[in-house]
Amino acid sequence: MVTALSFRLGQMVLVMFGISVVAFLIFFATPGADPSARIAGRNASQETLIQVRHDFGLDRPLPVQYGLMMNRLFVSRDLTSFVNRGQRVIPTVISAIPVTLSLVGGAAVLWVLGGLIVGVIAGATRGTFVDRALMILSLIGVSIPVFWLGEVANLLTQSRWHDSWLFSWVPPLGYIPLAENPWGWFKALVIPWFTLATLYVGLYGRVLRASLIEMMQEDFIRTARAKGIGERRVLLHHGLRTSLVAFVTMFGLDFGALVGGGALLTEVVFGLQGVGKLTYEALQTLDLPMILATVIYAAFFVVMANFVVDVVFVFIDPRARDVG
Amino acid sequence: MSADAPLLVVKDLTVSFRSDEGLVRAVGGISFSVEQREIVGVVGESGSGKSQTLLAIMGLIDSPNAIVSGSIRFMGQELIGLKRRALDAIRGRQIAMIFQDPMSALTPVHTIGNQIAEQVRAHEKVSAKAARPRAVQLLDAVGIANPDRVVDNYPHQLSGGMRQRAVIAMALSCNPALLVADEPTTALDVTVQAQILELIGRLRDQFGSAVILVTHDLGVVAEVADRVLVMYGGRFVEEGGKSSVFRAPLHPYTWGLFGSIPPMEGPRPARLAAITGIPPSLSDLPKGCAFSPRCAFRHDACLVQLPIMQGESHRAACLLPETTRRQFAVQRAGGVEMQR
Amino acid sequence: MNAVPRPLLRAGDLSKRYSVGRSIFPAQRRTVHAVDTVSLDIWPGETLGIVGESGCGKSTLGRCLVRLTEISSGSLEFEGRDISEASQRQLRPLRRQMQMVFQDPSASLNPRRRVGDLLADPFRIHERLSASEMADRVADLLRRVDLSPQHASRYPHEFSGGQRQRIGIARALALRPRLIVADEPVSALDVSIQAQIVNLLADLREEFNLTYVFIAHDLSVVRQISSRVAVMYLGSIVESGPTDEVFAAPRHHYTAALRSAVPVPSIDRARRGRLVLKGDLPSPMSPPSGCRFHTRCPAATSLCRSERPLLQSIGEGRLVACHHPAGG
Repeated sequence: MVTALSFRLGQMVLVMFGISVVAFLIFFATPGADPSARIAGRNASQETLIQVRHDFGLDRPLPVQYGLMMNRLFVSRDLTSFVNRGQRVIPTVISAIPVTLSLVGGAAVLWVLGGLIVGVIAGATRGTFVDRALMILSLIGVSIPVFWLGEVANLLTQSRWHDSWLFSWVPPLGYIPLAENPWGWFKALVIPWFTLATLYVGLYGRVLRASLIEMMQEDFIRTARAKGIGERRVLLHHGLRTSLVAFVTMFGLDFGALVGGGALLTEVVFGLQGVGKLTYEALQTLDLPMILATVIYAAFFVVMANFVVDVVFVFIDPRARDVG
Repeated sequence: MSADAPLLVVKDLTVSFRSDEGLVRAVGGISFSVEQREIVGVVGESGSGKSQTLLAIMGLIDSPNAIVSGSIRFMGQELIGLKRRALDAIRGRQIAMIFQDPMSALTPVHTIGNQIAEQVRAHEKVSAKAARPRAVQLLDAVGIANPDRVVDNYPHQLSGGMRQRAVIAMALSCNPALLVADEPTTALDVTVQAQILELIGRLRDQFGSAVILVTHDLGVVAEVADRVLVMYGGRFVEEGGKSSVFRAPLHPYTWGLFGSIPPMEGPRPARLAAITGIPPSLSDLPKGCAFSPRCAFRHDACLVQLPIMQGESHRAACLLPETTRRQFAVQRAGGVEMQR
Repeated sequence: MNAVPRPLLRAGDLSKRYSVGRSIFPAQRRTVHAVDTVSLDIWPGETLGIVGESGCGKSTLGRCLVRLTEISSGSLEFEGRDISEASQRQLRPLRRQMQMVFQDPSASLNPRRRVGDLLADPFRIHERLSASEMADRVADLLRRVDLSPQHASRYPHEFSGGQRQRIGIARALALRPRLIVADEPVSALDVSIQAQIVNLLADLREEFNLTYVFIAHDLSVVRQISSRVAVMYLGSIVESGPTDEVFAAPRHHYTAALRSAVPVPSIDRARRGRLVLKGDLPSPMSPPSGCRFHTRCPAATSLCRSERPLLQSIGEGRLVACHHPAGG
C-alpha cells in the first residue's frame, strides 16, 4: 500500500514536470513569442532589449532558462508579473485560490445533489412524461452558455429587479471572504453557484440516468428483486450504488478542472477575482509568468483530482481494492 | 389448505411479448403442479420457454411489452396480478430463486454477508447484528469453508462455485417452501457442478423445500429430479416420473434429446442420432405440432393439429398413437441396452 | 511414404507464460503458467481430444499449436519442421495446412460482410481464382457443411448459432487443411444442434482425411469424437491415452473425478456412488507445490506435496503423471 502510494505520488510529480516543461516551451521558446519584447514594452531600442534579455536570463540556454524560471516560481517565489511590474505572481495566485474554491465547492454541492435527484427520478420513471420533461430540461441546462446565463442573472438581480423584494438582498458583484462575513460570502456566491451548477446538473443528471438504466438491466438487479425487497431499495441500494462509480470519476475530473481555472467564464461574469479570472487577464496581456503559474497550478489540481478519484474508488468499488 | 394439496399449481400460463415482428409467444399455455418437497426437472433448449416460466412464477417479467396470463397459485394464493408489496412478501421468503450465472447474480459492491442479511431483514424483524451469525450459519450449511471470513468478502473475491453457493445460501435464508433454479450449474465446471447438484439434492432433506430445476442437461435431471417436464416451443411435450421418462420416453423430441447425448460408457455409436433442423422461431411457430418440422415420425395431421398432453401419470403431447410410441420406446430402450 | 511414421505435429516441452499485474516493478509482476511444459504428438488421421476445466490452459494450448499465440518456450514441429520460431510470414504457407474453429463463431465472422465473401477470403489470400471459380468453390463449401449455396448472399446475423458454426467450419475447410484445431466448437450450442455438429465434424474427417485437435470441457462429446484424449489440469497434461481406455479405467485421480462428475442421462447410473472433489480449482497464479492436484486429490501423500510427478508411460499408449495411479 505504501509503495503503491509513493509510486502514485512519483507519477504525479512526473506529470507535473512534463506539463511545466510543455507550458514553458510554448510560451518562452516558440518562435515569435519573444518574451523580452513584451517586457521591454513597445518601441524599445535594441539595447534595451538586450539589457532586458540579460536581466531576465533570456539569453541563456533553454534548460537553464527553464531552471531559473522554476526556481523563481517555486523556491524563491519572487517571480513578478511582466505587465504589472512588482506584482508577485505566486502570492497573487494563492490569494485567488479561496475565491475559486468557494465558487466551485458551492456549485459542486448543488450539482451533485441536483444531478442525483434528476438522474434517479428520470431513471426510475424511464419512458414516462416525468422522465422526458427532466431530460429536456437538462438538455437546456447543458446547452445554455454559462456566460449568457450569468449575464442574464446579473441583469435581473443587479439592475432590472434589484429593487424588488425578490433580489434586494443581492450584494454588488465581487467576492466577500468567508472569514470576514460568512453571510455576505454566502449571499455573494449564491447566484454564481446556481449559474455554474446549471450545466453540470444537466450533464450529471443525463449521465446518471443512462448509467442507472444500464445497471437496472444487470442480473444482480433481478436477484435483488427476487429477494422480495421493495423497488425503492432495489433502485437505491443496488442500482444507484453501482452507478456511482461512473458518477464519481466524472465528478473528480470536473471538479479538478474547475478549481484549476475552468470556472473562468463564471468568475469573469461575476467579477470574482479567482484563478480563472487571473488566467483570463494574464492571457489578454500575454503576461507570461502569470500564465505559467496558473497553468502549473491548474495541472496540479487536475492531477490531484485524479489521485483523489482513485482513492475514493477504492472505497466505493471493492473490485478496485484487489487490483495491483 | 390441506397438507397434501400441491404447493404450486400453474394453469394455462402464457407469456407473450409485443415486438416489431408481432406477438412473440414465449410460453404457450402450460399447466403443471409441484408437490411439497418435490424436485421437478424442466428440460428444454434455448427458446423453449423454460426460463420465462420461472421468471413468471417469480413475478420477474417486468418488460412493459410483456403479457402474462393464466393462473399461478402458490399455497392457494394467486400470484399473477399481485401487487408489488404482496408479491415481495412472498418472494424471497416462501419462493426463492437461484440464477444461472453466479458471476453476475450478486451486487458487486456489497459483501456476501450484507446481501444475505438484506434478504433476511426484508422478511423478518431482525437487527443487522443478529442477521450476521445467521448469514455465517447459512454459508456453512451450503458447504463454504471459513464462512466467518467469506461473510465479509465481496463477490469478486470468490470463485464461481463459491458464489453459486452464496446465492443458494441467500435463497435459503428464509426457509422457502419452493426454490426455483434456472440452469444453476450450467456456468460451472463439471467438478463444481457435481458439488452443487449434491447440495441441491440435500436441500430438500435439510430445509424441506420443493425445487423446480430448469436445465438443458438431461444428465442433471437424472441426478436430482423426481419428476421430469420436457419443454419445446413454449409448451410441454412430455411429463412423467423420472424413472418412467428415462426408461421409456414417449415423445419423439425426448427421443431426439437422448439420442443427441453421446454415451459415457460402452461402445460409441458411429453417428449420434441427432435431431435434424433447428428449433422454431417463437415469432413464427409452426401451425400444428411445434416439433413437426424436425420430427422423423411426422404425418399429415401433425402439420395442422395441435397435440395436447395425454395420459395418466406419464403424459406426452404427440399425435402418433400411444401404442406405436410405446413400442418404439421399448425398441429404443432395447437398442440402448444392447449398446451398453 | 517413409518407413518410419512421423507425427503431423509435435510439441516438446511447450510453455506459455503470461505476466499479470500492471506494476512497472518486475518483482511485483506475477507469472501465470497457462501452459506448462506440455509434450504432445499428433498423428495424421487421429482426433486428439483435450479436456479440462476452465483455466486449465487447454484453449491456450490449442492456440499455441497453430501459432496463433506466441510460444514462451519449447519446440513445435509440423511434419518434422520446427515452426516454434517461424515468423508470421514464414508461417503463411503453413496456415493452409492448419486451421482453427472457435467456440463463438459470431465473434470471428465480420457482421457487415456476406457469408459468400467471408468464405471467399481464404481463396483471395492464398489462391488466384476467377470470380466464377470462386463462387463455385464457395457453393461447394456450403454444401459440404449442409448449408445451401443460396446462403452465400446472407449476412452472419441471419443464421442461427448452429448454422454460424457450420460457416466457421466451412471457412476452416476452405483451403483443405490437414489439421483443424477446434476450440470448444459445440459448447455454445443447444444439445440437439451439438449432436449435428459433432456428426458433421466426424463426416468431414472421413471425407477429407482430416486430423483434429478437439478441445472441450464436455467429456461425453470428447469421448464421442476423439480417438485419443489428453486431460489437462492447471496447465499440464496429467493423463493421456486411447479414449475408450482412459474413460473406462482412468489412472489419474483427476481423470477419475472428472469422469465421475459428469451427470449421465441414465437413472441406472445416477444412484451409483460418486467421487465428488472437494474445493475449487487453485489459482493458476499460485499453483500448489509438488503435484498440482494434491490439494484436491483423495490419494495424496506427503510425496505428492513435495515432488512433482512426471508424465510417464504405463504401456498401451497411455501416459499418466501420478505418484499413486488409480486402478490398474
